[in-house]
Amino acid sequence: MAIFLNENSKVIVQGMTGSEGMKHTTRMLASGTTIVGGVNPKKAGQTVDFEGGQQIPVFGSVAEAMKETGANVSVLFVPPAFAKSAVVEAVDAGIELAVVITEGIAVKDTAEFYNYAKDSSTRIVGPNCPGVISPGKSNAGIIPADIAEAGRIGLVSKSGTLTYQMMYELRDFGFSTAVGIGGDPIVGTTHIDCLQAFEDDPETDAIVMIGEIGGDAEERAAEYIKANVTKPVVGYVAGFTAPEGKTMGHAGAIVSGSSGTAAAKKEALEAAGVKVGKTPSETADFMREIMKDLSS
Amino acid sequence: MDLFEYQARDVFEKHAVPVLAGAVATTPQEARQAAETIGAKSGGVTVVKAQVKTGGRGKAGGVKVAKSADEAEQYAQDILGMDIKGHTVHKVMIAQGAKIAEEYYFSILLDRTNRAILAMCSKEGGVDIETLAEERPEALARVAVDPNVGIDDAKAREIVEEAGFDAGTGEKVAPVLKTLWTVYSEEDATLVEVNPLVMTEDGDVLALDGKVTLDANADFRQPDHADFEDEASTDPLEAKAKKLGLNYVKLDGNVGIIGNGAGLVMSTLDVVAYAGEEHTGGTAKPANFLDIGGGASAEVMANGLDVILGDEQVKAVFVNVFGGITACDAVANGIKGALETLGDQATKPLVVRLDGNNVEAGRQILADLDHPLVSIEETMDGAAKKAAELAAK
Repeated sequence: MAIFLNENSKVIVQGMTGSEGMKHTTRMLASGTTIVGGVNPKKAGQTVDFEGGQQIPVFGSVAEAMKETGANVSVLFVPPAFAKSAVVEAVDAGIELAVVITEGIAVKDTAEFYNYAKDSSTRIVGPNCPGVISPGKSNAGIIPADIAEAGRIGLVSKSGTLTYQMMYELRDFGFSTAVGIGGDPIVGTTHIDCLQAFEDDPETDAIVMIGEIGGDAEERAAEYIKANVTKPVVGYVAGFTAPEGKTMGHAGAIVSGSSGTAAAKKEALEAAGVKVGKTPSETADFMREIMKDLSS
Repeated sequence: MDLFEYQARDVFEKHAVPVLAGAVATTPQEARQAAETIGAKSGGVTVVKAQVKTGGRGKAGGVKVAKSADEAEQYAQDILGMDIKGHTVHKVMIAQGAKIAEEYYFSILLDRTNRAILAMCSKEGGVDIETLAEERPEALARVAVDPNVGIDDAKAREIVEEAGFDAGTGEKVAPVLKTLWTVYSEEDATLVEVNPLVMTEDGDVLALDGKVTLDANADFRQPDHADFEDEASTDPLEAKAKKLGLNYVKLDGNVGIIGNGAGLVMSTLDVVAYAGEEHTGGTAKPANFLDIGGGASAEVMANGLDVILGDEQVKAVFVNVFGGITACDAVANGIKGALETLGDQATKPLVVRLDGNNVEAGRQILADLDHPLVSIEETMDGAAKKAAELAAK
């Protein structure tokens, strides 16, 4: 099962022929992802050779790629200036999942494509995210596939490197799916969407949720957990030492006035019964205890 | 990036938002000249306004009505150099005087919670809007705006109706709201706030004070926005880092921090702060945020170290890298190269924690380097403790 992405996922890559696209398509292929095509109108009809002998056809549009290959997932490495139209194209073609890796998209564009897509059949993950991995099944994005193998922990995180760190800490247990939802002010898939999917996923036993300063997504996730999640959840929040009014690397990571602080997020999660670690390692320790209890 | 009021005024004017004449001055003499020109339009009366990116400047004495150019010069003299909530006043705006009949409030902002845009409007402007929202939320209309539609005629009417304007006033206010939407949309803003939006005694609607926040991610299509950069108030180390293309925020501490990925670096700051409290009685604190991103080449690492070592407060440096896509041996070579580049300039101890991709090779490179300043720690928490202890020595 896993969530959003599994062994049956057929993946296309928008922006495959660019340098980032080539690099990460190579990695996705190496980790066993079924990649069925790339999209680039200027290179339509060509075939690209990858290490390991795979030959991936390039299509002129997402719609054409889907028609020819039955693709249901698209990973986007399209530069910020063109990302919005690429997402809109994927939505119009009716793709099930669009994973937007691109960092630096103007929030106006994201607001527009998110609202354009919200009543469609497309789930958008990102932007400014590392993507989604269901270890051993499929990998849509840039999360290194060799950090952790398949297991029964679900992970949702705003941060890429904290995703890697947490997968590494808990590599002895493994993951059903890890979703990097991205650090921008507006993202297509939220903590709540992932919590809901993990709650419903029979292959997930417990959930790690990683948040950071900015916005109120963690607070709302806490409310959601309280009302709807029966599986154990542990949490981590980054940015306790972040000063007010400064953007901390991620466009969305900013404390404005008294809102968006790490302390408020931690408090909300703890009030919902979530154990929140002081450090990533302590958070992993909490999860380790839960997994040991579940297996005994 | 937040704009100064005078910059917001200029942007408003560019998009046909009704504003009064205004000019910026950095000396009392410039203020006088501006007051002579601008005052001519309003019977010699101008308003001298401190340009600071914080609220409460009126109460602090940063806004004065001048009846003549002489007075404007004197007020500018008083206000320039003033400290308002920790912000030094480097500039004043000389604005045309206005006869205000009524004050309103209007803003457009990115609504992260609903992943859309929110317009807020009140008939009661000129006050602190957060106080109003808390004490009398019914006086503040909140209207959702679809990013793909914006504020058109229908939406502008909806906003003025929700705010409770009478028909006549609403008819005058609504077109101004549309021009402010143009500012929001065409300038890639995440906030456009007008407080107060006024009705003059002559029945004109004017944006008297504006606050605008621009989206830095849109800089690629907004080349003019570079001119808004406030170099005078930017921390010199932040300015240097920006020139080098580094993502750096200066803090008030003594443990310099370099890491990869925004989340991991934020987390590193927190872990260092905890270690500082636990092991050094709060003496050791994080000195900065610095995300070197995915690459971590020798050059980027050297630039990062150069910026951090330029911070006199820094006593020790913690390099915290999780090799995801980046291989740890590349990072270790980056550190090695940086130390070679910096030579004698590298004088502070470096605690390095590497994990992930090719970690053994990375640690080996540093072990072979055997540099007297470099120590390797296996865990993030252990490295934070070590760096805190070194900084507190």
